[in-house]
Amino acid sequence: MFKKFMLSCDEAAMICDKNQYGEASFWDKFKLRVHILACKMCKEYTKQNRLLTKAFKKKAGELKEQHICMSAHDKDSLKRELEKVGV
Amino acid sequence: MSEQQPTNTLDPNKWIDNYADYLFNYAVVRVNNSDLAKDLVQETFFAGLKSAKNFEGKSTERTWLVSILKRKIIDHYRKINSKKGQAEVRMSFYDNGENEGRWLEERVPQSWGNDAAKSIESAELQETIDNCINRLPEKYAMVFRMKTIQEFETEEICKELNITPSNLWVIIHRARTQLRSCMEENWFKK
Repeated sequence: MFKKFMLSCDEAAMICDKNQYGEASFWDKFKLRVHILACKMCKEYTKQNRLLTKAFKKKAGELKEQHICMSAHDKDSLKRELEKVGV
Repeated sequence: MSEQQPTNTLDPNKWIDNYADYLFNYAVVRVNNSDLAKDLVQETFFAGLKSAKNFEGKSTERTWLVSILKRKIIDHYRKINSKKGQAEVRMSFYDNGENEGRWLEERVPQSWGNDAAKSIESAELQETIDNCINRLPEKYAMVFRMKTIQEFETEEICKELNITPSNLWVIIHRARTQLRSCMEENWFKK
């Protein structure tokens, strides 16, 4: 019973990672909190994980705004390729 | 009675001028590699020509081409996902012995100092993130990107890669543990 309740650091970090996407269950989050009370290393991991999530979100946002075009040169060679097959 | 729906038609002569940029950007965002994206767009146009006779005009030309490109991208994802026999260079962070699941002493997260939160505003950070993601095993990088940067739903990734949610979370966990360590070394402790 007690064993079931206690998380290893590996498991705690796994729940913490899941929680970065808002997908950890209530029960898992509870166990994580208890683990963090006793474990400084995982407390640090959790703190840093939040910061990383913020940084990744920024990147995700930039990607959504990004509009990369195909170069004129590549378009030309693509046109030639398509002509070969009869467009 | 019913109004006839306007039927869309295909005009392959204009595909490149009209859709090459859109499809290219769509692919680059998803595969993170412009050469590969170029190839995928080309394959999409070829496949489109081949199956043009099956076009029913129910969707727009662009939607139809995107659906072909989507299939090509999923095929690419699956290819990476099914690569076997490749030695995975994976760092171990947790004890396997007596203290199973505990942080290995030499890999315990180190403190990042007080400026850590401020430093994520820097534009150079994005480059470091990219470098760290690229150092992950290919499959981890792919799944991590899909979930975190492209922000796909868990269900969608599992369906496309044919993996279970617990598979997905194990991969995400390993990827993030490794990324944290890489970011610590190359950004936060510098």
